[in-house]
Amino acid sequence: MTPEELQTLAARGQEKFAHYKHVLNVCMESGCVSSRSDTVADALDKEIAKRGAKEQICIKRVGCLCSCAQGPMVSQDDGKVLYKEVKAEDAGAILDAVGSKPVSRLQMPADHPFFTKQLRVVREHAGKFDPEDLEDSIRVGAYHGLMKVLTQMTPAEVIAEITTSGLRGRGGAGFPTGLKWSTVAKAGNPTKYIVCNGDEGDPGAFMDRSVMEGDPHRVLEGMAIAAYAVGAQKGVIYVRAEYPLAVKRLTRAINQATRQELLGANILGTKFGFTVEIRLGAGAFVCGEETALLASIEGRRGLPRPRPPFPANSGLYNCPTLINNVETFANIAPIINKGGAWFSKIGTAKSKGTKLFALTGKIVNTGLIEVPMGISLREIIFDMGGGIPDGRKFKAVQTGGPSGGCIPEKHLDIPVDYESLASVGSIMGSGGMIVMDDTSNMVDVARFFMDFCASESCGKCVPCRVGTYHMHEILRRINDGEGTSADLMLLRELCDTVKTTSLCGLGQTAPNPVLSTLRYFEQEYLDLISRAEATRAAAGDGHSKKAAGTTGLEVTL
Amino acid sequence: MSALKTIPKAPSDDKRWRIVDSTMRRNGYEGHALIESLHSVQQAFGYLDEPGIRYVASALRVPISKAFGVATFYHYFTLKPQGKHACVVCLGTACYIKGSGEMLKRVSQKYAIKEGETTPDGELSLLSARCIGACGLAPAVVLDGEVLAKHTADDVVVKIERKLKP
Repeated sequence: MTPEELQTLAARGQEKFAHYKHVLNVCMESGCVSSRSDTVADALDKEIAKRGAKEQICIKRVGCLCSCAQGPMVSQDDGKVLYKEVKAEDAGAILDAVGSKPVSRLQMPADHPFFTKQLRVVREHAGKFDPEDLEDSIRVGAYHGLMKVLTQMTPAEVIAEITTSGLRGRGGAGFPTGLKWSTVAKAGNPTKYIVCNGDEGDPGAFMDRSVMEGDPHRVLEGMAIAAYAVGAQKGVIYVRAEYPLAVKRLTRAINQATRQELLGANILGTKFGFTVEIRLGAGAFVCGEETALLASIEGRRGLPRPRPPFPANSGLYNCPTLINNVETFANIAPIINKGGAWFSKIGTAKSKGTKLFALTGKIVNTGLIEVPMGISLREIIFDMGGGIPDGRKFKAVQTGGPSGGCIPEKHLDIPVDYESLASVGSIMGSGGMIVMDDTSNMVDVARFFMDFCASESCGKCVPCRVGTYHMHEILRRINDGEGTSADLMLLRELCDTVKTTSLCGLGQTAPNPVLSTLRYFEQEYLDLISRAEATRAAAGDGHSKKAAGTTGLEVTL
Repeated sequence: MSALKTIPKAPSDDKRWRIVDSTMRRNGYEGHALIESLHSVQQAFGYLDEPGIRYVASALRVPISKAFGVATFYHYFTLKPQGKHACVVCLGTACYIKGSGEMLKRVSQKYAIKEGETTPDGELSLLSARCIGACGLAPAVVLDGEVLAKHTADDVVVKIERKLKP
């Protein structure tokens, strides 16, 4: 395909859909498919055929429509009317309502802050086109950024544009993307790799899954642009095996793009060549760490190694390797199309652009949101999320998964950016945002995450392997009412040791959920311990009588 | 001198080995295809048994210790045959907050099997997942590939019963 053909194809796509009076988009991502949105789309197709309305109304199977807990979601005319919890038998009613009054029993307000407060850069077209259809993807702009860099820009200019944009890694740590790219570009070895980290192991997060399922071509385009910028020839997408639909859509997208010369030896008729293959993860959280991820792609156990050398100099098969997260790659095309300066106007001084969050837990509106950096947690939880259900009270919001922390009410007004979240003891992380209400036991939450880290520790370095096990054991003791005051001291000490001496990010951040709950909810730990000590004292255990005395409890001997 | 790659004979004449062979062939019998090949075995047979791991290791010319290391390191691989029906309880944070831990306990008590075990009659396996990415549907349980969204422990038990005694 030449650049001209790409434009013709885009124009043809526009024409193809221009004559439809109405479009009904049915969400076909994992969440909605699990609630059987496929049967809804089939029923709509059948009903349209029956009515002979095939030329007026188009049914599309699209990416995420955001409100995942209320699926299957159907959107009419690009979000003008939104339907929730649609069943196959509703197809007739929905079609009857097209062009007249929407079906009120299924309708959800499209002007709710949950939708209107979003700013879509990564997901600008998601939910409006069929991700399995290359032509439809090109219609909404896929591969136009790649065309622009191949025909109008030098690799150095591409890197300069990314640097100007201020984009930072969306995997969680927030390393400046432009700087990473220029390091790989400078590396001497002629063989270089691009790796896309789609190992979204963070429990309670599904942003990357959604991007891979809802707009796979955008991820491929971002990788191809990166390859052109740094001089790489091969790319690997490392995806969790737990995401079969993402794997299927990516595989299909790679085949489509390769057939149309949007990937392969001579992309868009130029000399630039780039191929992409998929590697499946096998369920190891540590493989989100870059050196462990590389080991896994090479078919080994996912053990991290000390850096330097950094993957930018010696990565996959010892060649310079650029590793970015799915969401980072998905940000590239809009930056190229609209300019780094445009992108840098969104967000805060140090955190640019938007961020995807998976808003879940005890919250009214659950789903996938994309918000500008700098928005406050309060706006996300109470305006967009609609607050806490069942008349309960907000207690904490957990960001960053097992590497992050729990943020209490008093910090809800901080802006969402890398530095502010770190300052209150959490991290941006990849974008999981789990809301907890006043029924949640914070010690159990800390125990839950430590159980996760202990089980996911790869075992290579001692502090992480042994430390997480013992921290979990202490937390279990406290939570089960067997704790002592000494446990709390030991726990703090272990947190410090594991944090400062572990080899990789998993161990270094594993104490965060404990530290943040100790910081904001220490009373819960103390209550559990004093109750345990009182129980022991009442049972006549000589050892704990003294300890119980220190908590101020009267013990009658 | 380039050593000729001799491909060992498959452990049995089960046709499913052809799927595994094609995965290894596609990857040029390179050692880095170990995880891909094990995925292929598990997909074809449901689990990894010792002859299967040994076969892949020798075909890819990877030390057997390394192959076993990989097979046991990753949670996704299972070395035991699974029951006829599989109940996977998601223990991702969103699901846990919404009570999936209790759900796991309930199913575990009801069928007297721990997480990762199969009932003695081979009918039901109880498994847990770190996060299936369906957090909007929390608490989520996957019963024989079908995602049960926002179910209570009772609902799940009823559905399992229906699978076991149709």
